[in-house]
Amino acid sequence: MIVAEQKNLEEIKTLVGDAQNVLVVGCGTCVTVCFAGGAREAAIVAASLRMASKLDGNEKNVTDATVQRQCEWEYLDEIAEQVSAADVVLSLGCGIGVQAIAEHFPDRWVVPGLNTSFLGLPTEQGVWAERCAACGDCVLGITGGICPIARCSKSLLNGPCGGSENGHCEINADVQCAWQLIYDRLSSMNKLDVLMQLQPPKNWRTSRDGGPRKIVRADLRLSEEEES
Amino acid sequence: MTEQESSNGYLTGSNLERVLHAGYFAVTAELGPPQNADGAVIRKKAALLKGNCDAVNLTDNQTAIVRMSSISAGAIVLQEGLEPVIQMTCRDRNRLAIQSDLLGAYALGIRNLLCLSGDHQTFGNHPTAKNVYDIDSIQLVHVVAAMRDQRVFECGDEFKGQEPRFFVGAAASPFAGPVEFRPYRLAKKVQAGASFIQTQLVYDVDAFKVFMEKVRELGLHEKVYILAGVGPLKSPGMAKYMKDSVPGLLVPDVLIDRMTEAGAPWAGKSKDELTKDDKKARAAAWQDEGIKICIELIQQLREVEGVAGVHIMAIEWEDAVKPIVEGAGLLPRPVVEPV
Repeated sequence: MIVAEQKNLEEIKTLVGDAQNVLVVGCGTCVTVCFAGGAREAAIVAASLRMASKLDGNEKNVTDATVQRQCEWEYLDEIAEQVSAADVVLSLGCGIGVQAIAEHFPDRWVVPGLNTSFLGLPTEQGVWAERCAACGDCVLGITGGICPIARCSKSLLNGPCGGSENGHCEINADVQCAWQLIYDRLSSMNKLDVLMQLQPPKNWRTSRDGGPRKIVRADLRLSEEEES
Repeated sequence: MTEQESSNGYLTGSNLERVLHAGYFAVTAELGPPQNADGAVIRKKAALLKGNCDAVNLTDNQTAIVRMSSISAGAIVLQEGLEPVIQMTCRDRNRLAIQSDLLGAYALGIRNLLCLSGDHQTFGNHPTAKNVYDIDSIQLVHVVAAMRDQRVFECGDEFKGQEPRFFVGAAASPFAGPVEFRPYRLAKKVQAGASFIQTQLVYDVDAFKVFMEKVRELGLHEKVYILAGVGPLKSPGMAKYMKDSVPGLLVPDVLIDRMTEAGAPWAGKSKDELTKDDKKARAAAWQDEGIKICIELIQQLREVEGVAGVHIMAIEWEDAVKPIVEGAGLLPRPVVEPV
């Protein structure tokens, strides 16, 4: 899932500025599961903004609404009226949600209430960790299902570097060395020979380095007739 | 030592390659470029090292702190009549910048290259920087060896003029985790095209012997020149810090005890009781012991089969190199004429 964290209230207040009518939009998918921007958080942020503006002497009209997914047009249509009544929309979606609202409602000012952090999973209650860097050319098949692009601090393909000690990374004792994990897993599966292969330089074109990415599936496209 | 050797018998004919090829026990040292634009600092340090080593490593933004570039510092070292080994990390440059800088380095007369991943930028003085890691150190070794032996850029395009011909080295960290994999990772570097290896600092010779035993079992000592890393301890505090905080370093307690013992005449005195002269004398006693230990380590490492030389890392203490090399009986340095 996409994991995000809420911005602090001071930054949110600055982003909202002097807008009088504020619509806080939550998202019912990833950011609900990571407790950053679901219906509950949207209601809390709306109440906090209302209270803060009252304390500042100019009470704003802050409402909230949550859609199933901010990243699909059809769900955004459901809040079209509320959006048009707002001076500013504070999206508690991930960066995709913020941009979807801006694209779908081009005459509305939209600001983010979250920092989109990474693609990951909850490892235990209250802890989320990164697992995927969306590089577009998956290497998990040669690394025992542990991603060195996302989880090695240097994204090495022929690790581990000399900074691996007692299973953790040189940058921080709380960060596991991805290559120690890869080594341990390949060792336990009797597949250490995979580690002896020289991995060539990666093709980063499929990652962000190749420019903004887009997938077109001809088999799913509608014909001109179907579209009309 | 490989089939790619050029007609004169050398890959590059650098002094370091000639000394190793001739079978001498090689000595390399380290020169840390300054955190400023003053070339005189390099000249001063080069003067301390000249004649005491076969080549000198110029670090590349070591510990992720911005310093004078290794290539420019290397060019100054060359002017001073000393042979540089340029360090190149994968942290700060992508494959375009790396290759371009190496063309320039070769054009400036630089012939030795050490390929490194590089310390992560969070350690340094620009922790908010973006890192690169377009390629890793093993891929870098391969790229540079292919530039020399196959006359191709990383993309496969062929050179139309002079290709850069470097004596290519890599690092090995025998005590970093997972320890069992370290000799095999060294094998990958050799397979990628490394001709020489400089290891992380060795203080625990017994542990290093275990590593070398595996290296010999894999036959790597016959395919690559291994220079064991050594460095003089400056104080008991430094020894403890290295033991506790630097990844991949083993410092036996007996060495920490020896360093502590060297400062014993001043032990038990509080900071206020120690005069300036006391502190100076204590520092000198520690340094003498550190140099003595370093000499002993070199003598022990020299006896380990497959060790082709030592790499002395006396960071910001370049004047320790001469007494170390001299004390280890490694002076004068050999002169091997080009074929």
